[in-house]
Amino acid sequence: MASLGARPVLGAASDGAPVLAADEAPNPWFDPSYVTDNWDTIVGYLGQHVRLTVGAVLLGALIALPLALLARRTRVLSGPVLGLSSVVYTIPSLAMFSFLAPFTGPLSATTVLIGLTLYTLVILVRNFLAGFQAVPADVREAARGMGYGPGRLFLQVDLPLALPAVMAGLRIATVSTVALVTVGVITGNGGLGQLIVGGFNANFYRAEIVTGALGCVLLALVADVLLAGVERLLTPWTRAALA
Amino acid sequence: MSALADALRYLNDPLNWNRSGGILDLLVQHLTVSGAAVLAAAVLAVPLGVLLGRSGRGRGGIVVLSNVSRAVPTLALLTVFAVTPIGFSDTATVVALAVFAFPPMLTNTYVGFREVDRDVREAARAMGMSRGQMVTRVEFPLALPLVMTGIRTAAVQVVATATLAALVGGGGLGRIINLGFGQQDLGQILAGALVVATLALLTELVLVLVSWAVTPGPRRLPFRAAHPSRVGEPEPTSSGVPL
Repeated sequence: MASLGARPVLGAASDGAPVLAADEAPNPWFDPSYVTDNWDTIVGYLGQHVRLTVGAVLLGALIALPLALLARRTRVLSGPVLGLSSVVYTIPSLAMFSFLAPFTGPLSATTVLIGLTLYTLVILVRNFLAGFQAVPADVREAARGMGYGPGRLFLQVDLPLALPAVMAGLRIATVSTVALVTVGVITGNGGLGQLIVGGFNANFYRAEIVTGALGCVLLALVADVLLAGVERLLTPWTRAALA
Repeated sequence: MSALADALRYLNDPLNWNRSGGILDLLVQHLTVSGAAVLAAAVLAVPLGVLLGRSGRGRGGIVVLSNVSRAVPTLALLTVFAVTPIGFSDTATVVALAVFAFPPMLTNTYVGFREVDRDVREAARAMGMSRGQMVTRVEFPLALPLVMTGIRTAAVQVVATATLAALVGGGGLGRIINLGFGQQDLGQILAGALVVATLALLTELVLVLVSWAVTPGPRRLPFRAAHPSRVGEPEPTSSGVPL
């Protein structure tokens, strides 16, 4: 496999000094005409990026919630749940997608979605558990004394009090998932990561690479601001206390 | 399951390990690149963290840095450095990984030195210690657990991220996975994933043991649940994201 070691040198000069084609032609870091000319492609990848992120965070939250509640209930469970989650966290994303590839297909978006879900799960379980554990026992006791059933106790006491930690977890999970979707490029489902690697493969076309990279960062910031707004709307009492 | 059998067959073939460009060569390259990146980042981040942490300045900047770094896809960093005049090479990979290892080290060092007890500092000064003695004999040992957490987080992330270099023409163990996906060879994909994941977990393990060995003071065996009260709390400072 010696050929693996060879760099794909483009436009090698005859005197033996390799010259990258990228050095010869104008190759701007950002080009507005690239964005306008390829708008449909960019929006397509952006859509995939958003779908994968939202899907992974939602699925992760749906699984993390019962896990966190279960782990809070029994101390025996909280150790293994947290231990396992930090092992998952250590596995590199490329390896994670590779582990899933035999089951879900090496070229399917499901591989990426499940891998990302596992990562969001790790972040969310930790934060949800921290949030629920921080609910004072006295408050729960009082609510139970007032005749709250388990459902009402959860919805009207636990959830509002744990909300800051829950939202913090969702924000961290969302932002890091936006960054991680790009690795999905290995399966051909990398959202804006397709632009990054596509630009690299298209003769180091910087405008495409930077568009993909900036798109990811902007998407992460927009998602973070949106979630911060949701948190503000959901917790009106914190503002009343400050005012 | 045939993919797993293929993977084991791949890993069991000595030629796959020993040939030039085989697993051992890639492993050496992977570790060299990762080590250089961690070293470069530590040389810059730790002294800066000490300086800022002692003076207490730059807090806002560090918070912004560690939040923004979460949003920047590592794949984008690797690609962008590969298309700078550095050219795509191990140097570009080292620079990109070092940039990426910088925030967690800086944040943790900063917090470690920031949280040294004021009274302890005062006592040290009253005992006639010079500024240098205070830093090396009092503050550094107290801050060491957090400094090591930063280095461990960063190093594990770097070892994990170094696999992504293969997506943009770099070397390292990611090549096995990348080639496997290119050939739709599930056995090779799985074999690469096993090697990469094992390396990441081993790195974590070794660094936990190193932190335990170098940290002065009363020792708790590593891997035993720390304070029961802290279980479920997310690590406060490591800007750890899966890669």
